[in-house]
This record gives sequence, C-alpha cells and structure tokens, in this order.
Amino acid sequence: MEQISTEDFQIIDNCLMIRLPEEVDHHRAGYICENADRLLMRDEVRNIVFDFENTRFMDSSGIGIIMGRYRKIECFGGRVYAIHADRQIRRIFLISGLNKIVEVLE
Amino acid sequence: MMQKGKEEKKSFTCHGGMQMTAGQGYQNEMEITFDAISDNEAFARVAVAAFVTHLNPTLEELSDIKTAVSEAVTNAIIHGYENIHGYSRSDGGRPADEIIHEGKVTIHCVLDKDLLHIDVSDQGIGMEDIDQAMEPLFTTRPELERSGMGFAFMEAFMDELEVESAPNQGTTIHMTKKIGVGDWIDSEE
Ligand SMILES: Nc1ncnc2c1ncn2[C@@H]1O[C@H](COP(=O)(O)OP(=O)(O)OP(=O)(O)O)[C@@H](O)[C@H]1O
Ligand SMILES: [Mg+2]
Repeated sequence: MEQISTEDFQIIDNCLMIRLPEEVDHHRAGYICENADRLLMRDEVRNIVFDFENTRFMDSSGIGIIMGRYRKIECFGGRVYAIHADRQIRRIFLISGLNKIVEVLE
Repeated sequence: MMQKGKEEKKSFTCHGGMQMTAGQGYQNEMEITFDAISDNEAFARVAVAAFVTHLNPTLEELSDIKTAVSEAVTNAIIHGYENIHGYSRSDGGRPADEIIHEGKVTIHCVLDKDLLHIDVSDQGIGMEDIDQAMEPLFTTRPELERSGMGFAFMEAFMDELEVESAPNQGTTIHMTKKIGVGDWIDSEE
C-alpha cells in the first residue's frame, strides 16, 4: 500500500498544499487531518489546495476531510481549491454539494 | 431467490474457457467475512470489484461499486461497531487507551447474469430510525467529521438500495447494480 509522507503537506506562500494519497478513505483520513491541522495552525496559511493527481479513489470520508479543513479557514476568509481532480472525484463533489465550497481548477 | 441454472457456479474462481456472456443464465456467488477495522476497507471494495471484472465493467461502474461498498463497510466499522478511528490494529500512532471493539463485517455477492447483488452486514448497534439515517447530511457522528453523505452515495452509485436494521440487531445493506450498461457519463457530457 502506498505511503503518505510529510512532503505531501507543504506551505507555499499563503497556501497549504495537500497531495492526497491514491485512496482517500476512512482508514487514511486520520493521518491526513492530523498533518493538515498541524500546519493549518501556522499564521501564514490562508488557503488550502487539495491535489488529487495521485488519487484514484475517494468516498464520503474525503468529503469530511475537505469540509472539516474548510471550516478551519473560512472564518479568516480562506478558500479551498482542488487540482487534478478526475471525473469520478468531480462527480463526488457534485453529488455531495461540495462543488459549492471547493473551486475545482483545471 | 436466485434461480439455479445449468451454468451456475459457486466459487471465487472463474474457470477458463467459459464465456461469461450475459443472457446465458450465468451465476456466481461469493462471501467474505473480515474484522471490523479500517485496514480492511480497501481490501473489501477491491474484492468486490475483482469479482465482477470478467463482465468488462466500465471504469465508472467499477468506481461506483467501490465507493458504494466502501460506504457500507465504513459505516459498519464506524457506526455498527464504533471502531471510529481510521487506523489499523498495529498502528503505532493510535492512542494507547483506544479500544477496538470486536466485530465482523460480511459481504455477500451474487452475480446473476449482469446483475450484481451486494449485501453488507454487521451485528453491531443497528439503527432506530432508518429513514432519518438515510437522509442526506444526516449523521450521528459530526464530531468525527462524518458528512452524512454515505447513503446518498450508495443511492447515487447503485441502482437499488435497501436497508434492514433494528437497534442492537445489526444492519444489512442490500444493493443492486446492472453491470455493462455503458459509459453513461460520456453520453451525458
Ligand atoms: N451499519 C450501521 N450501523 C449503525 N448505524 C449506522 C450504520 N450505517 C449508518 N448508520 C447511521 O446512519 C447515519 C448516516 O450514515 P451515512 O453513511 O449516510 O453518513 P455518515 O456515515 O454519518 O457520514 P459519511 O458517510 O458521510 O462519512 C450514520 O451517522 C449512523 O448514525
Ligand atoms: Mg457513512
């Protein structure tokens, strides 16, 4: 099974970049949230970019991860972006209504 | 009930040479039972996906099945048995005082021609109000960042969804999907 490393969580300017693993499910949710939240405490972080380049699977646990992180930055006017989201991920955004919160970039 | 045709088969293995063309009364059945820990979520959905591969499902159909199975199995683990954290039994990072509740999840699949029936069952705490539980955005676990979208995904990605549950009697999720219908997303776009 693929590993997630701390390099998958990087701060670039005022953005926290999170490179998501191949499979985003309940099993991996705890690890992703812990690492993201550790960095979200830093003052400079305003926005979050979720990178789905490696992601081939996501279920409702992914919705929880994104919603939960969004709640932590929305009060400071932060935004959430998704990059490299494939068709299935976009479909999940649509069904869950998450596309109203996440801006999907090409 | 499933009809028992001549070409019925009941095992994991597919014998070579047999044509799996729909409409020939082909049947296949499998059942797996595993510990209710988050390690097994990936295994469970991949096992079901592998079970239908010889029907040449589209990538979308495979994704749909995997997501639906993942939702049902995760619910059994988190809600049914309250094994709420997403780590394995051996994970060093998990809090020392955390309890793993004993429990098993069973997936029973029947492939009847091109129709896939999936039952996911647990013997956990069950549900009092099934209709309420199935409403989009309803969750009893907001503190765990659950979004209440699990049933909505099962409904969206499968053709049929039926929930059987009662308090302390466990839960069984019945789902059905026709395989090989084609790439409806493409035709939509
Ligand atoms: N196997 C189960 N045993 C007991 N209760 C369940 C089971 N499956 C679902 N439930 C109940 O139904 C509710 C809704 O389930 P659903 O999967 O739609 O949302 P969720 O699991 O809370 O959140 P999400 O799936 O989006 O992470 C759950 O919060 C839980 O109370
Ligand atoms: Mg759920």
